[in-house]
Amino acid sequence: MKPFAYERAADAAGALALVADGLQARFLAGGTNLVDLMKLEVETPELLVDIGDLGHDAIEPTAGGGLRIGAGVTNSDLAADRSVRERYPVLAQALLAGASGQLRNLATVGGNLLQRTRCAYFQDVSKPCNKRQGGRDPDGCPAREGEHRNLAVLGHSEACVATHPSDMAVALAALGALVHVAGPAGERTVPMPGLHRLPGDEPQRDTVLAPGELITAVELPPLAFGDRSSYRKVRDRASYAFAVVSVAVALDLDGDTVRDCRIAFGGLAHAPWRAERAEAALRGAPVGEERFRAAADAELSAAEPLRDNAFKVPLASNVLVRTLAELCVP
Amino acid sequence: MEAQAIDITLRINGEAHALAVDTRATLLDVLREQLDLTGAKKGCDHGQCGACTVLVGGRRANACLLLAVAVRGEVTTIEGLASGGELHPVQAAFVEHDAFQCGYCTPGQICSAVGAIEELREGRPSFVTADLAGEPALDDAEIRERMSGNLCRCGAYANIVPAVVEAAAAAR
Repeated sequence: MKPFAYERAADAAGALALVADGLQARFLAGGTNLVDLMKLEVETPELLVDIGDLGHDAIEPTAGGGLRIGAGVTNSDLAADRSVRERYPVLAQALLAGASGQLRNLATVGGNLLQRTRCAYFQDVSKPCNKRQGGRDPDGCPAREGEHRNLAVLGHSEACVATHPSDMAVALAALGALVHVAGPAGERTVPMPGLHRLPGDEPQRDTVLAPGELITAVELPPLAFGDRSSYRKVRDRASYAFAVVSVAVALDLDGDTVRDCRIAFGGLAHAPWRAERAEAALRGAPVGEERFRAAADAELSAAEPLRDNAFKVPLASNVLVRTLAELCVP
Repeated sequence: MEAQAIDITLRINGEAHALAVDTRATLLDVLREQLDLTGAKKGCDHGQCGACTVLVGGRRANACLLLAVAVRGEVTTIEGLASGGELHPVQAAFVEHDAFQCGYCTPGQICSAVGAIEELREGRPSFVTADLAGEPALDDAEIRERMSGNLCRCGAYANIVPAVVEAAAAAR
């Protein structure tokens, strides 16, 4: 690991000032991904600004009937929160599907959103990688011809075929969460799934955040049918593995008809993949496997699988159909 | 940039330690290299195996991913679990069930189990908890899921699971 300076910020303004100070800086929250990437020398900051004392650690109801979650709330505390478990079970399940008990105790909401891909080439500094090095060189992505079984089938580019690893972000994309950000130019709100971007010609940019911007909170808007929601994750072992494919679904039924729904896929793209085509195909449709399958096809027909990951397309379809069917049973 | 040293105080197993640490040092490095507390093990050093698991503020954590300068809260390691010559109930259950072979992962397994049992006692759910609004069950499936962050290359899981189930039942 390269040497670096370390400062503890007392508040958000202090944290923003420290990272704007000239050194190449990173915010440090739980550190479960950042410290690992520093060991691998994928990340080589000159300064870590510790944001653990900012007090962004509350989960509070909002005036509008939603929930405001401080960016420093740990993944385990958020998953254990009564309001989340009862009103947004898809989020509790997604959090609990990620990592291990001891990692969830360290990892925070803000850090979870900003974690980097686990693409093997990104994590290996002896290999070229457009995401790590910046740029769009077609020879700069060895994953395209190499090991890509668990990489993207949707929205990838010549430059990058990485997937976003977060489970939590998939649930937040389905729920349309609002990401509150503070930065040198003031405060702003980024609605999910708009935080994460597709790789295009700039795969080094995972999100739309500008350098020096800090996530301060995530807000869940009220969702009347949020209690009828679920997260299904398929992985190579029963626990403690990243998703091959996952789906977050919330479903609103009027008898045997779909009144409304929210759907997002994980493991398929550079960002959590909000499935708006599938949602549109389901609204007003009668429940049943035929229409569920058609909705999955409406979304997944845009897939462009790589040599070794075509299996993800029917898998994602099956995972969505099964999750919808289970949510129809009260 | 030159290596940066910072003065910190760590509270470990009920004792305060004033130390100068390199900013790059993890809690695991400091425990093992500066304080001679070698119970927590360096397995993968990337948060993937759980051999370094300790308790920080009562919660289990991977000491290999936690920078020592960033530690907040009392640290409890495997050396701090027994009291007055009496094994901690989880340690006793591991002995009773022969829940190890080579023993390298065992300190991490035991610290993780102590944390997991507290999480169960508080009614915190896991991914296999069927009813998120209710109390989690205390069965093999719950323990396997909750302990999945601790790998055992000897494959002693068949004895680790009943040891943790028994200690969890006694703690309820």
